[in-house]
Amino acid sequence: MSTLIIAIMVPFIAAAMIPFLYKKIVKLHIGWFAMLVSTILFIYLARFIPSIARGETFAHTINWMPSYGINFAAYLDGLSLILALLITGVGSLVILYSIFYLSSKESLGHFYTYLMLFMGAMLGVVMSDNMMVMYVFWELTSISSFLLIAFWYQRKRSREGAKKSLLITVSGGIAMLVGFIMIYVMTGTWSIREVIAGAGGFASHHLFIPAMLLLLLGAFTKSAQFPFHIWLPDAMEAPTPVSAYLHSATMVKAGIYLVARFTPVFGGEAIWFWLVTGVGLVTLFWGSFHAVRQKDLKALLAYSTVSQLGMIMSMFGMGSAALYFGYSTESVVYTQATFAALFHLVNHSTFKGALFMVIGIVDHEVGTRDIRRLGGLATLMPFTFTIAMIGSFSMAGLPPFNGFLSKEMFFTAALTIHEAGIFSLDAWGTLIPIIAWVASIFTFVYSMIIVFKTFLGPYQEEKLEHPAKEPPVGMLIAPGILALAVVGIFFFPNLLGDYLLTPAMAGIFPSFATEGLGVSIYAWHGFNREIWMTIGVVVAGILLYRFRTYWMGIYKIFDDKWSFNSLYSYVISFMEESSTTFTNSYMTGYLRDYMVYIYLFFIVAIGGTIIYTGTYAFDISGNAPITEFEWILTFVMMIAGISILFAKSRLTAILLNSILGYGVAAFFVLFRAPDLALTQTVVETVTTVLFLVAYYFLPEWQKEDVPRKSRNVNLIISVSVGVIFTVIALAVQNGKLFESISSYFEDSYKLAGGNNIVNSILGDFRALDTMLEVVVLLIAGIGVYTFIRLKAKKEDEHIENQ
Amino acid sequence: METLITILAGVLVTVATYLILSRSLIRVILGTAILSHAAHLLIMTMGGGLKIGSVPILGEGNGTFVDALPQALILTSIVISFAVTAVALVLAYRTYQETGTDKLDELRGMKHE
Repeated sequence: MSTLIIAIMVPFIAAAMIPFLYKKIVKLHIGWFAMLVSTILFIYLARFIPSIARGETFAHTINWMPSYGINFAAYLDGLSLILALLITGVGSLVILYSIFYLSSKESLGHFYTYLMLFMGAMLGVVMSDNMMVMYVFWELTSISSFLLIAFWYQRKRSREGAKKSLLITVSGGIAMLVGFIMIYVMTGTWSIREVIAGAGGFASHHLFIPAMLLLLLGAFTKSAQFPFHIWLPDAMEAPTPVSAYLHSATMVKAGIYLVARFTPVFGGEAIWFWLVTGVGLVTLFWGSFHAVRQKDLKALLAYSTVSQLGMIMSMFGMGSAALYFGYSTESVVYTQATFAALFHLVNHSTFKGALFMVIGIVDHEVGTRDIRRLGGLATLMPFTFTIAMIGSFSMAGLPPFNGFLSKEMFFTAALTIHEAGIFSLDAWGTLIPIIAWVASIFTFVYSMIIVFKTFLGPYQEEKLEHPAKEPPVGMLIAPGILALAVVGIFFFPNLLGDYLLTPAMAGIFPSFATEGLGVSIYAWHGFNREIWMTIGVVVAGILLYRFRTYWMGIYKIFDDKWSFNSLYSYVISFMEESSTTFTNSYMTGYLRDYMVYIYLFFIVAIGGTIIYTGTYAFDISGNAPITEFEWILTFVMMIAGISILFAKSRLTAILLNSILGYGVAAFFVLFRAPDLALTQTVVETVTTVLFLVAYYFLPEWQKEDVPRKSRNVNLIISVSVGVIFTVIALAVQNGKLFESISSYFEDSYKLAGGNNIVNSILGDFRALDTMLEVVVLLIAGIGVYTFIRLKAKKEDEHIENQ
Repeated sequence: METLITILAGVLVTVATYLILSRSLIRVILGTAILSHAAHLLIMTMGGGLKIGSVPILGEGNGTFVDALPQALILTSIVISFAVTAVALVLAYRTYQETGTDKLDELRGMKHE
């Protein structure tokens, strides 16, 4: 089934094509192409439903780095299929919606490229079997999300929101990577299937708990769990189709997918149970509680998404308890929580997607999302109102919408789990249903706010940018389809359950028999505790909604100064400032300091190595004899060299330098190197002239008025460098490691037709080097000419400051 | 002989390093010029024995030649270091023309402090 891998690659190919198509095809909206790709993928994936429902799975591997066990392995089972269908299905609807939402003046080429990039990355995450490959796709979703949030990059808030989401999700991603590596260390495989198959075999390994915690960190940051939820409300600066797609239906579900996928490995552990359930419940409560106070409808939906994600997360936590007991008829009760989680995962995507689109429509038509300015739109936008009502009532957990079913199952799970009698649930378990119930009340309240504050109440046209009217039909199609799904799932929940959810359960509980995992969903199961809880939610919710002016003051306790947002800003600005201070402390812009770093490194690294390995050797036995003239020449050069440091005028310095140069030429004569001697003499002469000419234009040679302390440092450094240099040179001379290759060139007449060996080497053996050397000279010549002749034009001067 | 030349090169490296660490741009350039002298002397000593054999031209002497390879390398190096010195000098000239200083601590391109 190599088509699986092609399916992952298709969106990437489409992303690469879109910029070209966008330029070529002017008449047709480029979104239609993206939608076509997405729809074809959806149909392709939907064709797997029957075989997946029969319990089959599909896998295909292309070897990538087989020696490291990192291969491009695509794997499709029930769990992957649910996510993949959501990605492509909701994706198609969102693209359809965006075609009408974004005006053709926007840079649509970028938008759909990023969107396709995201779709491919997300499919890669849910269909990868190899942890390394999955990590790559995981980070790719963060990057495409960053690009999409910052789509309106002119706005400061967009850029900041994008940065925040990237920082938080990518840090989590890196933690996850470390977790993956730990899992690899424990199991020796990158394949998730093989890790699951070996689950339980390494639970006592000392890396087991750290790996779990790091993995959860990745999942919690991605799925905006408390306290990492702060990036999600800021991500709402993205265009609404993006919020509907990435930040409610798909990307934020990646963390949940990760938890679900690794439940067979870590589930059954008390830490896993408490972390996933606890963080999920806190997030559920915190998100719903703060959603109520929001004035911006999109911010409200963002908090509500945080809250719903927490709810799904907590249900996966509760379901993991089943693995503690192993497979038995009693433990199957707990797996129902997982089933409910999967069910709500799908439901949430439908009703929240619809709600986001509705809010987008309102924003698009009247120009504001502020609930203080909205009201009374029901009569003017009846279709929009209907969809909003369906979505909100489903979110609130009312019949006849799918949210009612999953909310009831959530209550069942919360009530069942606190009677499980494990993981010290006796002490704390009672809190679970209480938090669940309280959070549901707030959920009910904010759902009502969406419907009543936006669509009912007084219509205030003077506060709106444009008078309210129904949007173009195209914009209503996508949310309409989702709203139909909301109702449809309520009436035929078991269709979804049997074909998608039960096979997915098999992926999460592979050790359990599949028959026990399926749950029949009923809308009505008599007057039991769950229905009373729902009735309680409705009654309390209505009361809280009616009298909310009396208790809204409670939010004043949560001062902005003490929020996680200000902690985030504090950490970011602190890090920026301290890194700037630190960098400025050594990047001084002063050449001398940089040279000092280089020399110090040389002294420590090379000198240290010599002392550490004891490789210094000194032996003068093989040396050539020294004549008197050579002694004199050497001392003259030494004295000339040292005197440069004390030269009073630049003329003296130049002449001393020439002494060195001509001295070297004299040595070349003594060493039987006539070509060198000639060249050196000519070059030294020209150099001296050049120095003299240049100094004519440069300021007078001044005494170095640097502090004595830094002068001493310079002296110590230069002496150490000179000593180490000499020691190395002497050691090298006394330790020849291999035969010289020079004798080869002595055959130069036969090989190159030249009697002068040096010239043959330069002009024949290494002719290419010499040619390039000439190129270097040419470049230097151009450089010299440019420096002297070229003047900056007036208009060029200010370009950099713009 | 090799030892003596090596020590001479070491002295020149010390002087060059000290000059490179100075504040004034022209001293730094002078330092690099001296550094290349030291390097040339060093390469010379690295060959197969100084003054053993005749000038490396076929037909000269009795058939043994001094090592020709270091000579070829040095010849390349002399030319390149000449080019580098020339460019550095002109750069210093132009910098002085534009900024009115050749002090490196005044030339740091930062607005801090």
